[in-house]
Amino acid sequence: MRSRPDKRRAGIARRLGRALIIVLASLFLCLFLLVPLASVFVEAFRQGAHAFVESLDQAEAVAAIRLTLLVAVISVPLNVVFGIAAAWAMTRFEFRGKALLGAFIDLPLSVSPVVSGLLYVLMFGAQGWFGPWLTAHGIQIIFAVPGLVLATIFITLPYVARELIPLMQAQGSEEEEVARVLGASGLQTFFRVTLPNIRWALLYGVLLCNARAMGEFGAVSVVSGHIRGLTTTMPLEVEMRYNEYNYVGAFAIASLLALLALVTLAVKSFLEWRYHNDMDATAPRRR
Amino acid sequence: MRRRVLPGFGLSLGYAVAYLGLIVLLPLAALAWKASDVGFTGILKLLSSPRTQAALELSFGGALIAACVNVVIGLAVTWALVRYRFPGRRILDALIDLPFALPTAVAGIALTAIYAPNGWLGRWLVPWGIQVAYTPLGVLMAMVFVGFPFVVRTLQPVLQSLEQDVEDAAESLGASALQTFLRVILPTLIPTLLTGFALALARAVGEYGSVIFIAGNIPLRSEIAPLLIVQKLEEFDYAGASALGVVMLAFSLMLLVLVSAVQRWTRRWAEPSA
Repeated sequence: MRSRPDKRRAGIARRLGRALIIVLASLFLCLFLLVPLASVFVEAFRQGAHAFVESLDQAEAVAAIRLTLLVAVISVPLNVVFGIAAAWAMTRFEFRGKALLGAFIDLPLSVSPVVSGLLYVLMFGAQGWFGPWLTAHGIQIIFAVPGLVLATIFITLPYVARELIPLMQAQGSEEEEVARVLGASGLQTFFRVTLPNIRWALLYGVLLCNARAMGEFGAVSVVSGHIRGLTTTMPLEVEMRYNEYNYVGAFAIASLLALLALVTLAVKSFLEWRYHNDMDATAPRRR
Repeated sequence: MRRRVLPGFGLSLGYAVAYLGLIVLLPLAALAWKASDVGFTGILKLLSSPRTQAALELSFGGALIAACVNVVIGLAVTWALVRYRFPGRRILDALIDLPFALPTAVAGIALTAIYAPNGWLGRWLVPWGIQVAYTPLGVLMAMVFVGFPFVVRTLQPVLQSLEQDVEDAAESLGASALQTFLRVILPTLIPTLLTGFALALARAVGEYGSVIFIAGNIPLRSEIAPLLIVQKLEEFDYAGASALGVVMLAFSLMLLVLVSAVQRWTRRWAEPSA
């Protein structure tokens, strides 16, 4: 990477600066990122493996894990379908308001999670927009599972679309047009041409979306009502246990979530290393 | 032009817009409706209590400082990752995304555990009089943590594609390393740094999960604005919560506009050379 004249003239000061930057950057990353991560696992096993297993083998922990999986299973596929549809529309056609559509897709990323939860409370809460109607019909959304799902969908909405749009933009639509001209139906074109081209980016988007769906805290915290065993997802159970000074129990569940994060990062690094050209929209143009 | 060749325009756009309308626009309209109910002067009145003022100051001030810290450290870390080869670089590179991937509640209790007076780092810092946990400094620490990847990941591709012959030219003309950095490299990075800054700022302002554990949430001292929203909702004070929500939402929208303006601006500059 480094160019030749630079190397030749490398004086002591320059090499010192280089070493200093590397050491400081590594030290910062270790202290700032690695230490918190390690502490999760150390705290979880502070009282031994037995206490760790026991704190996970409790009804409320099992219920929290189940609920978290349920919320992810509903919200991730919905956002995958949305992500593909949005990416298809935005990268294959020209239309008015495209930039606006893109901005709205990005919006949930910059809204505070708490504000996201608040939006749904204002819509479906007892004093909310649809509150009286919902109460009259005996439907509960806030402080119940549907609220958790809606808040999670909002928070994780951009992830799949954001992975696909730059890639499909860079790939262009020639291959799909050829398939069409050669007589493939719309569905055939999608499943045989588009999907194989975007599969790794799609997988990565799904992973990110899922990690965020399972780990979301602020938004679901607002709509959950913290009813133990019924509306507490894993992150909420972490909070409740922590506030009850049940540190081993809190970190035990936290360690499962940290493990999920680690797996997500590992798969991401693997995909980037193995399928670099199929994932990074700028890669093919650069080489 | 060739829009007729590929099918599914109406279906995909219609579905995307309908979904976005239901999930994002309708709830936003609900907030706007509530806010207009309260009215502009009403919102100002709801925001005027000293406790709310202190929380807003901490959220915005803290996020501003955290974003500045992230720009400086992020630039150094990205520089090391892009320009230098050293053992462990790939692992550190993968680690950058940890604050993205780690659930905020997990980050929150982990940061609290290590900065608590008996924690791994806290036990060294507290004797020096540096209290991190349960102080505004702790809030700042958590905000730096969550915003950090935004600066690095925005900067990384740009730094990678930076032409090094310009630097070589500067150097052969007698510029020192520092001069080359300040006069040649830094100016080209400024739009990217600005984008990273805005993204880190937006994230830090709204952050809830990783902050509330380490903050200790002492009113007037270490209470953040999102926590006040939660508390107001718990008291069923929807108007007060909406007032705070509108202010925070307006701020994030402003940042979003800023980011897209910066991006359009850089694209206009990048195009002639491409």
